[in-house]
Amino acid sequence: MSALRVLRAGPGVTVQDMGRPGYLGFGLSRGGAADRLALSEGAALLGQDTDLAALEMAGFGGVFEAMQDLRIALSGAPMSASIDGTRIAWNASHALPQGARLEIGGVTAGCYGYLHVGGGFDTPIRLGSRAAHLAAGLGTPVAAGQILSVGVDPKPDRVGLCLDPDPRFEGGRVRLLAGPQTRLFSSDELARFLSDPFRRDTRGNRMGVRLIPSDAPYASQAGLSVLSEVVVPGDVQITGDGTPFVLMTECQTTGGYPRIGTVLAADLPRVAQAPAGATLRFEFAETETASRIEAAEARRIATLRNRLRRLIRDPAEIRDLLSYQLISGAIAGNEPG
Amino acid sequence: MAAPRDTTRPGGAGFPRLDPLGSDGLLVGFGDRLSEAANRAALAFRAAADTALPGVAESSTSLASVYLRYDPSATGLADMRAAVEALLAQRDWYGADLPPGRRLIRIPTVFGTDLAPQLAEAAEAAGLTPDAAIRSIAETRVRVQTIGFAPGQPYLGELPPAWDIPRQSRLTERIPVGALTVAIRQLVLFSVSTPTGWRHVGQTAFRAFRPDSDTPFVLRAGDEVEFVPVPADMLDGLCDQGPDGGAAFEPLP
Repeated sequence: MSALRVLRAGPGVTVQDMGRPGYLGFGLSRGGAADRLALSEGAALLGQDTDLAALEMAGFGGVFEAMQDLRIALSGAPMSASIDGTRIAWNASHALPQGARLEIGGVTAGCYGYLHVGGGFDTPIRLGSRAAHLAAGLGTPVAAGQILSVGVDPKPDRVGLCLDPDPRFEGGRVRLLAGPQTRLFSSDELARFLSDPFRRDTRGNRMGVRLIPSDAPYASQAGLSVLSEVVVPGDVQITGDGTPFVLMTECQTTGGYPRIGTVLAADLPRVAQAPAGATLRFEFAETETASRIEAAEARRIATLRNRLRRLIRDPAEIRDLLSYQLISGAIAGNEPG
Repeated sequence: MAAPRDTTRPGGAGFPRLDPLGSDGLLVGFGDRLSEAANRAALAFRAAADTALPGVAESSTSLASVYLRYDPSATGLADMRAAVEALLAQRDWYGADLPPGRRLIRIPTVFGTDLAPQLAEAAEAAGLTPDAAIRSIAETRVRVQTIGFAPGQPYLGELPPAWDIPRQSRLTERIPVGALTVAIRQLVLFSVSTPTGWRHVGQTAFRAFRPDSDTPFVLRAGDEVEFVPVPADMLDGLCDQGPDGGAAFEPLP
C-alpha cells in the first residue's frame, strides 16, 4: 500500500472528497471540499474519478514525503510548491518519487489549495465518505507524523499535464436565486444589497463566509422571528447584526436567520476562494437562466479533461535531467499506441 | 407587511407554500410558526414524498417545512413542482397521524449544579423558582419535532407557555455533548460540542450522534422523551453505561 508521510501541516489541512449527501434529514450537512471545482480539476489532471479524496489546505500547506513512487496534482488556490527544493507548477500533475520531499507554502491568491494523489487518499470511510466534517465531530485536521494511505493508482506514469483554472481567487460577481425568504426583504433593501460591493471578512471558514456591507447593516421585515427552516450551502443569511453570511459546505442543516437568496452552485467556488478583503457583488438570476447556468457548468466540469495541456518544463529546472529520454529519434515514431 | 394569519387554515393563509431553494431544491412550507398540525404535516408529507415522488434525491424536515432535493439533470423544476402540488392535493396533511414506530425514551438528567450552570437564569426568565422549573421540564413529555442543526440533534417540544423565553443574545462559547438547553418553549439536546445561544439547564450522558455505530442517529422525529432528574454524582456512572447514558427505551402504541 502506498502512502504519504506528513512531516508538517498547516492548521487547516483536512482530507476532503465530495462529502456525504443523504444525511440532511439526520442533521448532518453534506460537507466535503470547500471548492468542489478544484476536486474536479485535480481528478482531470490525474485522469481519475472525482470522488477520490484529496487534501484540502486552508491558507497554508505543509511538508510531505512520498513513501513510495506517487503521482500528485495541485489545484485550487495557488500556493508556493517545490519538490526537493525545485519549484513546481500549480494546476499541474507531477511525479513524486519515493523519498522525495514536497513542500507546499502559503496561498498566493484565494483560500483553499488542494493536493491530490494518484489513486486518491485511502483513509477510513465514515458514513460513506472520507471527508473530515469538523463541525459534526467527524475526523480531525491532518497533523505532523500522520501517514496517509494512498489507493491504487491506475495510471502511475501519466504526469506533466496542466490545466488553466477558472479565475475565482479574487472575489467578483456572484449570481443567486431568490428563495423562500427573499420576500421578507423590502425592495429598497434588495436594491441596496444588489449594488453593495461587499468585502469578504477575515471571519470565514468551511461553515460560512461573512461579508462586510459598505454602509448600514441589512434588515428584514421579519426581524429575528423567522421559524427555523432547512438551510443549504449557498444560502445568504442576514445574521442578527445585519451582516450577510454565505453558508458553505459544512453549514448547519437548519437555521433561523432570514435568507435573502441562494448562491448558484456554479458560483460557490468563487465565494469559497474569495480572500479576506476581496470584493463580492451579487445579482439575481431568473430560475430558467440559473438552470441553464448550472447545467452548462456541470457539462463543463464533465469535460475538463479536454482542456488539459502538456506542462512545458524549463530544462534548467529539471534536477534529474539526465534520467530523461531526450532523444526522440531513438524510436521510429510510428509504433502502435 | 406580513398578512394577518388566517386562523381558519391550520398553517395560516397561503400555506402549504412552495418555493425553490437553490437550483436543485424545493421547500414546502406548512406554516410560518410552529404548531402541532404544521409539524405533523411536515413529518407526514416528507414520508409520502420519499415514496411517492420518484425524482427526490434527498429530503429533510424542519419544524414546519419539508425540503426536497432533486437531480436537475433528470427532473426540471416545473415537473417537480407539479408532482409536489399533486401530492399535496391528495389529502389533509395537517390532520396526519404521527409516524409509526415511535418510542418513549426516559433520559436521566442532572438539572442545575456546576454541570448545567444556567438553570437558575433560565428559571428566572420563565418566572419560576429553580425547583419549579425542574419539575415543569421533568413532568412535560416532549416530542422530537425535528432533527437538525447538528447530526442527530433533536428539537423537542412543546414546553408550557412560561418557557416562551428568548435565546440569550450572547453566545455560550462551548456547550458539552449531552447538554439539555431551553428557549422558545423548546428543548435541544446537544449532539456535538458547539457554541450556542440556548441556555444550559441540564446535563445528560446521552449521545444522540454515534458516528461509528450501526445506528449513528438515535432519535427520530415523533419519538417522545422525558428527562428524569437524577443527582449530580450519578453522572459519571451514567457515562460509564455507554452512549445511552442510562436511558430507557419503550415502544409507543
